[in-house]
Amino acid sequence: MGVTPAAIALIGTTFVAAAVEVVEAFTIVLAMGLTRSWRAAIVGTLAAFAALAVITALVGVALKDVVSESVLQLVIGTLLLIFGLQWLRKAILRSSGLKALHDEEETFREEQAAARASLERDGRETRMGLDWFAFVVSFKGVFLEGLEVVFIVITFGLAAANSTTARVENGMAVAAVGAALAAVIVMLAGALAHKPLSAVPENTMKYAVGLLLSTFGTYWTGEGLGYFSPSHESFHWYGGGGDAPWPLVGVFLAWLVLSRLAVAGLRRLPSAQKALAARQAREATATAGAAGAEGATA
Amino acid sequence: MRLVTGLFRFWFDFVVGDAWEIAAGIVVVIAIGALLAASEALGEEQLTLLVGAGFVLVVGASLYFEARRRARAA
Repeated sequence: MGVTPAAIALIGTTFVAAAVEVVEAFTIVLAMGLTRSWRAAIVGTLAAFAALAVITALVGVALKDVVSESVLQLVIGTLLLIFGLQWLRKAILRSSGLKALHDEEETFREEQAAARASLERDGRETRMGLDWFAFVVSFKGVFLEGLEVVFIVITFGLAAANSTTARVENGMAVAAVGAALAAVIVMLAGALAHKPLSAVPENTMKYAVGLLLSTFGTYWTGEGLGYFSPSHESFHWYGGGGDAPWPLVGVFLAWLVLSRLAVAGLRRLPSAQKALAARQAREATATAGAAGAEGATA
Repeated sequence: MRLVTGLFRFWFDFVVGDAWEIAAGIVVVIAIGALLAASEALGEEQLTLLVGAGFVLVVGASLYFEARRRARAA
């Protein structure tokens, strides 16, 4: 497997997308481990990883071997659009102030409170020698966050393997390497820090990944619609003759500019301005608190 | 039965998420694009642009409804 620029770009994309999701999954597992049982949390995580690996293999092989090029582009494009446009929408709302920023510390506190409340209310239910609550919550958390990564790995991997302009040999395996690297690095960083990884710029990363998913989703869905034409051949975008990369760049720039315009427009709304002012006040208080704590330590 | 409804709810939540209009909009745009492609009413280069514009419209409409909902709630 040669290391080409296309392979590096593929690994980079799946790495960033997976890192965001692993940070969120790690917060849940950490809360279960610290509050209930490390053994159940780790077994739940490993069981979810095994289930995700099976799904990746099954869906990946089915898509790779069963369908034609234009259908593949349509299926891949639609899946990427479903996730990409939702991520982009959330990122625009968060940047404009209309939606609260994702806060790992807060999620961690909520998960811990739920674990403690369950312990007080129902006691510790043990099945197969495991704290069942910790096992189920860890499994669900890792499985749900991981499922989006699985679809990203499959879609980007297959698309790279079938691309004529930026072909990557064994695309799915290369895409999986990016996701696995993210899982290992985030888990290691989390284990060393022993607290939620709130310093990771999750919101910015989600915006970047949302842009990429929306770009490739739009591009491939447009091409895949050729399946419905009498020839069933893939369509081409303006300037896409000879598999030139310019249409893809154009679609990316369009989403980038339009999303920034949407953020700027929404920020002018009174409700967004109020929320942004409150966010800035909270950040100023937190910065002052941190500076005070540092001063006291010194 | 509970397993089936649970599975359905899981996949619905996973695919549709918290903005059903995005998923619905994507399906509508693709369906219109498929009809136009089958009828050969437009050239492929115009059709791909039109479908791209359709996706932009879907996100724009979803953001507009969300902003209006939040303005009403405030």
